[in-house]
Amino acid sequence: MDSELRIGVIDPEVLGTYGDTGNAQVIAYRAEARGIKTQIEMIHLDQEIPAELDLYVMGGGEDNAQALAARHLRESPRFFQAIAAGKPLLAICASLQILGEWYVDAQNQQVAGAQLLDITTSPRGERMIGELVTTPMLPGLTQLLTGFENHGGITTLGSEAKPLGQVKYGYGNGVAKGQTPGLRFDGVCQRGIIATYMHGPVLGRNPQLADYLICQATGFDTLPELQLPFIDQLRQERIKAAGKSESVTRRK
Amino acid sequence: MIGGKVAHKISPHTLGELAANRSSVLVSGTNGKSTTNAMVCAALEELAPVASNRNGDNMTSGVISALMSSPKSRLAALEVDEMHLVQVAAQVKPKVFVLLNLSRDQLDRVGEIGKVERVMRQAINQNPQAHVIANCDDPLIASAAWEAKRVTWVSVGSAWHDDSVSFPRGGGNVIRRDRDWWVTDGSYRRPDPDWIVQDNQLYSVHDPTKSYDLALQIPGQANRGNAAQAALAAQVLGLPLDRGICAVSEVKQVAGRYRTYQVAGRQVHLLLAKNPAGWQEALTMLDPQVKNLIIAVNGQVADSKDLSWLWDVRFEHLPQTYPQISVCGDRAADLAVRLQYAGVKVKYFDQVLAAVKAQPLPSAPPVPSPDTGSAHASSEAKTPPLPPGGIPVELLANYTAFRDTKALFEQLNQK
Repeated sequence: MDSELRIGVIDPEVLGTYGDTGNAQVIAYRAEARGIKTQIEMIHLDQEIPAELDLYVMGGGEDNAQALAARHLRESPRFFQAIAAGKPLLAICASLQILGEWYVDAQNQQVAGAQLLDITTSPRGERMIGELVTTPMLPGLTQLLTGFENHGGITTLGSEAKPLGQVKYGYGNGVAKGQTPGLRFDGVCQRGIIATYMHGPVLGRNPQLADYLICQATGFDTLPELQLPFIDQLRQERIKAAGKSESVTRRK
Repeated sequence: MIGGKVAHKISPHTLGELAANRSSVLVSGTNGKSTTNAMVCAALEELAPVASNRNGDNMTSGVISALMSSPKSRLAALEVDEMHLVQVAAQVKPKVFVLLNLSRDQLDRVGEIGKVERVMRQAINQNPQAHVIANCDDPLIASAAWEAKRVTWVSVGSAWHDDSVSFPRGGGNVIRRDRDWWVTDGSYRRPDPDWIVQDNQLYSVHDPTKSYDLALQIPGQANRGNAAQAALAAQVLGLPLDRGICAVSEVKQVAGRYRTYQVAGRQVHLLLAKNPAGWQEALTMLDPQVKNLIIAVNGQVADSKDLSWLWDVRFEHLPQTYPQISVCGDRAADLAVRLQYAGVKVKYFDQVLAAVKAQPLPSAPPVPSPDTGSAHASSEAKTPPLPPGGIPVELLANYTAFRDTKALFEQLNQK
């Protein structure tokens, strides 16, 4: 990072269906509050994704959008190399899927992914919608993660990919239709990529994860404490609601 | 009287029988259905009595009820939920469709926006007898109406561009420049408008002598577009356009929307917004002179339990107008966090009434300071007189928050 933290929002016009562009706003706000200058760059479909930014975010989107974004990634080789080399990237839902080895789209076609994550995704046949709460497995995170999931894909992790969290309430990377949910996980961590099925946007509800990404991008070990009102209340409300409305059979 | 739901169960042809021998206008789209339908209704009433689902009940049963309750009318103005358009149109055989806009609405309930476009397209293509009044600035609407036999394209402008990036026919990337749009592969572009709504004017592209003022009783650019489409729909059924525009301009409130209630010494102006595009429009309807703003957000099933759309609404300019914004509703914490990250100073309330009562009176006399002399004299000059009826307050709410607030205010006014 030079004098300012530069945040790239990739394809907000197609990957901004669920408020995920808000993740960049949260990062910028929390960095600025610590005296770190920031700049948000919107990277559109018709431009090559620059490789020089410090941190990237990608949101969720619908099927057509997913195909457009997947092609955009393939056509940006320098960006691809930067991420492969470990630059931090936050990827949500549809973006998680297109970063993998392959995914199967709504027309039942297997589509090659960016192959930055050792994962594959297949349709479940029925969408998984609702509050999602996980216990983080990424070292450095201690607070429960909360978000809202809405997806139809079941993601399977290969040996190189580690899950982001263990599911407490919700589906996460997926539960096969008709199958009794057992131990299950959400998200993927590999290289500098953190991927999750959580919308909300995820960083609006999980300030610790936002600060983790800022540290990754800036090289700081820790950041000064930042207490913003209402966030704790929001987290408590959502985690409580997830526990109440749990649609997946609860593990005993 | 027998209800629409029951009638529909007894005979699936009920709707077709009720609609036979009537000239019907069907209004559909994500935002502005009820307002536009009220305007179509107001315009058609210039011609003859009109059957209309004024209560906003826009599923098949609501349409049946509306027609049953007005058996003699030969005209009908009907708003129809997008996903019910095919089945309603198949029986009603409308003379006119009014297609407003399509954007994301409660994604976790009704599915993807592309599916809505397909349903709308099917309804249009199965009803070649109908004249379509369509917003050409919206690529999804244009796609739905692309094969219509008779179509009037209206350019209404729009504050919302975020849900039509890939074109439903072929999935190509849509590029937008102001109102214009085209698909990158050159396959489709915006149809040429026949009519343009610009600021307070509606004018014909083909005949420069045809230009009309749109001086509406209700606020917002979006409503001027709605008014134009409504008047053009009535024109198809025989009402001269100037008379139609006069009639639609008189619409003052639609099922409590835009209405002002007297509550606790405040004049509360109630605005409804149901989805990101609607919120973006509603923010343009706020009176910038009014500094008291309450936003109420619920997350009931009818609202969608996924509130992440709050982050798609651009609230970032609000701090320039409002030193503080009050929030309430069962998802006020989501709203508070969102607004806080937009730089807004937030005050949280558990109840809407408490939020109304907390809205400050006009600024108190300033504390005397040594170098300005008499504080009394300066406060007389600065404090605006109390408006008759109380302090004006803008209250913006999503679906169930609006419904509950309106019911509460009506109950309070009855006491």
